[in-house]
Amino acid sequence: MLTRFFSASAAAVLALGVVATAPALADDDRFIIVQSTTSTQNSGLLDAILPQFKEKSGIEVRVVAVGTGQALKNARNGDGDVLLVHAKPAEEKFVADGFGVKRSDVMYNDFVIVGPKSDPAGIKGLSDAPLALRKIADSKAPFASRGDDSGTHKKERALWKMAEVDIGEASGSWYRETGSGMGATLNAAAGMGAYTMSDRATWIAFKNKGELAILTEGDDQLFNQYGVILVNPEKHAAVKKDDGQAFIDWLIGAEGQKAIAAYKVDGQQLFFPNAVKETN
Amino acid sequence: MQDFANSFSLAFELLWRFDPALGEIVFLSLRVTFAAVLIACAIGLPIGAALAILRFPGRGLFVVLFNTLMGLPPVVVGLLVYMLLSNAGPLGVLRLLYTPGAMIIAQSVLVTPIIVALTHQVLSDLNAEYADTFRSMVVPWHKAAVTLLWDARYALLTVVLAGFGRAIAEVGAVIIVGGNINHVTRVMTTAIALETSKGDLALALALGLVLLMIALAVNAAVMAVRASARRMAYA
Repeated sequence: MLTRFFSASAAAVLALGVVATAPALADDDRFIIVQSTTSTQNSGLLDAILPQFKEKSGIEVRVVAVGTGQALKNARNGDGDVLLVHAKPAEEKFVADGFGVKRSDVMYNDFVIVGPKSDPAGIKGLSDAPLALRKIADSKAPFASRGDDSGTHKKERALWKMAEVDIGEASGSWYRETGSGMGATLNAAAGMGAYTMSDRATWIAFKNKGELAILTEGDDQLFNQYGVILVNPEKHAAVKKDDGQAFIDWLIGAEGQKAIAAYKVDGQQLFFPNAVKETN
Repeated sequence: MQDFANSFSLAFELLWRFDPALGEIVFLSLRVTFAAVLIACAIGLPIGAALAILRFPGRGLFVVLFNTLMGLPPVVVGLLVYMLLSNAGPLGVLRLLYTPGAMIIAQSVLVTPIIVALTHQVLSDLNAEYADTFRSMVVPWHKAAVTLLWDARYALLTVVLAGFGRAIAEVGAVIIVGGNINHVTRVMTTAIALETSKGDLALALALGLVLLMIALAVNAAVMAVRASARRMAYA
């Protein structure tokens, strides 16, 4: 009998627990969802600037950080209000296809080619990215690629094309596609002693550098532009048009731009604001 | 590998000063997993009991099916639930994507087959003992099911713990449908994935140790309940 009582009370406690947590699951806070890239999150930029926007507007920004390719796909499905990504041609196509309202420049930084300090391909100090890749291919030193259709991966493939290297053929030998985010790829590169290409922000904030160091940088080709787009409410009625636009206006306005410039890791600025001032 | 030693001290430090950010993540992990396991039990226990007692054509097929579904890859479940809950999907109007609710659904889908398959296994054995009695007393199947579930309750606790272990440890499903949003859908496993991708391996492993300790606490609590209930039963 006691057992029965004990179990019944345990069940009651459990049921109460569920009832108690249920209201907490339903949330009616004011928020928007931003589909963004791993670089903006892993570098800590968003954690630093979003609270400032929330304080000003009362709008909470919920960030889903995935590769640019997946972010664009999710936004195409209407699963997000704003896109903050870095693959300009793909972003322009997104807007041209009618899924986004308008694309605005937000900020930039650059890509760097990192590799083992022993530098078997001899690319240290080069400022010509395609040439550096050519040398890596010639030496058959391992290269870890994102392989995930992210903004970084799109840029990397474009550079291989300029270097006239057929990476499809090398895939699986010295060219290794990790199919994962920038951080995971850097972990893999550190583990394999491989070269890889990273955006500078993720690289600076990355804590498992191991034997890796920046070897090639400063090529104009390595420019990395970030853009912001409001998902088209005409395609997806659920898009929070006004709050999403408020965030975009803040981000490309004076305050947001200042917040971006102020974010530093180890004294280094990670992103450089370059939104075009609206003239209207 | 300095990281190992670092991780252990970091894990204890995190627990010791009860980091509020960590507390929030731990609480959400437990909330989501408890809810999912509860839903899975509500669905899975009756189905498992029915499969153990009833004899109907195609029953074997169902048993094989649920046994197979125990091996559902979390990332596939995550993808399916994402496609259902996406604004472009059939259940988009529910606005559940990127909320804890979506994570509970995904984990329920993962855990239910485990509860069904293991409950069926446990109750089949017991039913073999009871079947004659049930038949001679003409007990309807749903009453037989209640009797079996009750009498096997201690063995079923282990079944529930197996489901709990699966849910609390998986990352593939919740990271897709939850989005790993800070303060909203970040749980222990997605936080570990995030810290790993930041290259902070010591912190990632420390979080893993904390997760393990939480699982240990839950298992110990359930076993304590079981032991004390048994003692009272025989007192």
